[in-house]
Amino acid sequence: MRAASTFFYRRPYWYLALLLVPPLLWFGTVYLGSLFTLLAQSFYKIDDFTAQIVRDPTLDTYQQLVTQPANLDIVKRTVFMAICVTIACAIIALPIATYMARYARGRVKAFFYVGVMLPMWTSYLVKIYAWRLLLAKEGIVAWCFGKLGLAGLLDTLLETPGVGGPSLSSSYLGMFIVFVYMWLPFMILPMAAALERVPGSLIQASADLGARPSQTFRNVVLPLAIPGIAAGSVFTFSLTLGDYIIPSVVGAPGYFIGMMVYVQQGTAGNIPLAAAFSVVPILLIFIYLSAAKRFGAFDAL
Amino acid sequence: MVSSAIEFKNVSRVYGEVRAVDDVSFAIESGEFFAMLGPSGSGKTSCLRLVAGFDSPGSGQVLLDGADVSGVPPYERNVNTVFQDYALFPHMTVLENVAYGPRVRGVSAGERATRARAMLELVQLGALGERRPAQLSGGQRQRVALARALINRPKVLLLDEPLGALDLKLREEMQIELKSLQKKLGITFVYVTHDQGEALSMADRVAVFNKGRVEQLAAPRELYLRPATAFVARFVGSANVADAKLAARFAGWDGEAFAIRAENVTVQGENLPASTDVVSAAGSVIAVQFHGAGSRWQVQLDAGEVWSAWVPDARSPADLAVGARVRLSWPRSAAVPLASSGN
Repeated sequence: MRAASTFFYRRPYWYLALLLVPPLLWFGTVYLGSLFTLLAQSFYKIDDFTAQIVRDPTLDTYQQLVTQPANLDIVKRTVFMAICVTIACAIIALPIATYMARYARGRVKAFFYVGVMLPMWTSYLVKIYAWRLLLAKEGIVAWCFGKLGLAGLLDTLLETPGVGGPSLSSSYLGMFIVFVYMWLPFMILPMAAALERVPGSLIQASADLGARPSQTFRNVVLPLAIPGIAAGSVFTFSLTLGDYIIPSVVGAPGYFIGMMVYVQQGTAGNIPLAAAFSVVPILLIFIYLSAAKRFGAFDAL
Repeated sequence: MVSSAIEFKNVSRVYGEVRAVDDVSFAIESGEFFAMLGPSGSGKTSCLRLVAGFDSPGSGQVLLDGADVSGVPPYERNVNTVFQDYALFPHMTVLENVAYGPRVRGVSAGERATRARAMLELVQLGALGERRPAQLSGGQRQRVALARALINRPKVLLLDEPLGALDLKLREEMQIELKSLQKKLGITFVYVTHDQGEALSMADRVAVFNKGRVEQLAAPRELYLRPATAFVARFVGSANVADAKLAARFAGWDGEAFAIRAENVTVQGENLPASTDVVSAAGSVIAVQFHGAGSRWQVQLDAGEVWSAWVPDARSPADLAVGARVRLSWPRSAAVPLASSGN
């Protein structure tokens, strides 16, 4: 034992290798390996007659993805939903995260952190089906609108083309609500973590130099919270882009990227097209992160 | 009557069980370099926060220019602060940091850039305006913090242990620079420190804090030569303190509590005859620390306490070493009688 300790103490690189090789092997094969297999699949195509995968590199599948209007609609619909969900999550999360990180102390703070994380401990499916009931035509949300005398408002919302539908549970609006509910903790936590790291003395210095609280927030707190907002938005954006359960349980019949991947690799057996669809979110996130970096979102890190 | 720049009237601030500031009253005159000196937790920083407006007194009044400022937020006070950690905005350049005060007060971009450059010149950082705080050394950050705090032309500048993070040489340079800057600008400086050397060398007057109270408020020389309490004698002058009980055991002293500074204590062999008109005490040497210009001798008195004597190198008794029996003696006139308060 002692000999082994001495051996590794004298050879720090061996020690590092011993520590890193197993996790890197796991990470390399299971995460990156499968990702690259997926990427490779997207460059194959399916033979329309035999329904067999032709293993010759080709861009035909991508061409199919970008030229068929139905496919493009799916991409546009999903991206638009992801953007709306991300913006809504950021707006709702900012005051909550600010309070958690800057004002709450002791038990109140613990309560908030547990409160934000608690819903993540329950089954995702249970929550989605619960939301379908809440948003149903006879559900509690519609009932509340009725009791408050706002049934007319709900009907107007549901009649709005594009977002509406027969009931909240079968409309894009309902889907949006469930998405926001589901991913909000993923925005709050990184945002709160970023705000926690802003030293109190910076806030005091800003006030000391004559900044009113709103100016301090705009000039000091918000710029320093942006890396957290960027991190949170990557979560909400990518989770919405990839999800296929929420769009199939709640909401209007239009397909989303995740559902398309599910359908193509399952019943249709078109693995190359499913792979091409799943490359879309990866590409979008990459573009988003590059843009965020370019605009200096991570400068304060 | 001209009112003081800052006045504390029976101010108390209690956090839970702790009386951080306990019925403090004093006044700081306009244009004065005022130091608040004390160990950590003595209430000096709490007092500074009350002046800056980051906290409000539980009872009593804080007056700025004769007006009660309770409830006036920091951004409406004509007071600026140099923070202990400098609190520079990491996402702004040095120039943007310095221009922040005028910016939030609605000064035009052109004018505030001109003023910020002038301030950077004043602290000799003219060339570094485009850098980020993270690219500066500790001393440079300190100067940026100073420039940023001075650009609003405050009536009072508060400095919270501003040199604490700097190394000794830089600290001494900055002391001289701060002092001359204060003379040049004529602004009231309130300087919080736990370093008595810093307070004594820079301030016009020093308030010594202990346990939330002001033990003594006096000019540096007065504070050093005539400490009023045992706490001040120990903290400011590193003096040996004899309480009434100990003092009664010394030959040639009438039994009152007193302080005697180490440089006034002579060390000699136990058997050498003591001259008249001195007070003396016997003990044994437990440590000798060489400091270059002299040595500090730690002597365990037979009467109980460990006292120290500062012996200039030229007068060092060569025949004495650790463990030797010695006699400490000091002129009766050098002993400073103390009030009974303090610890």
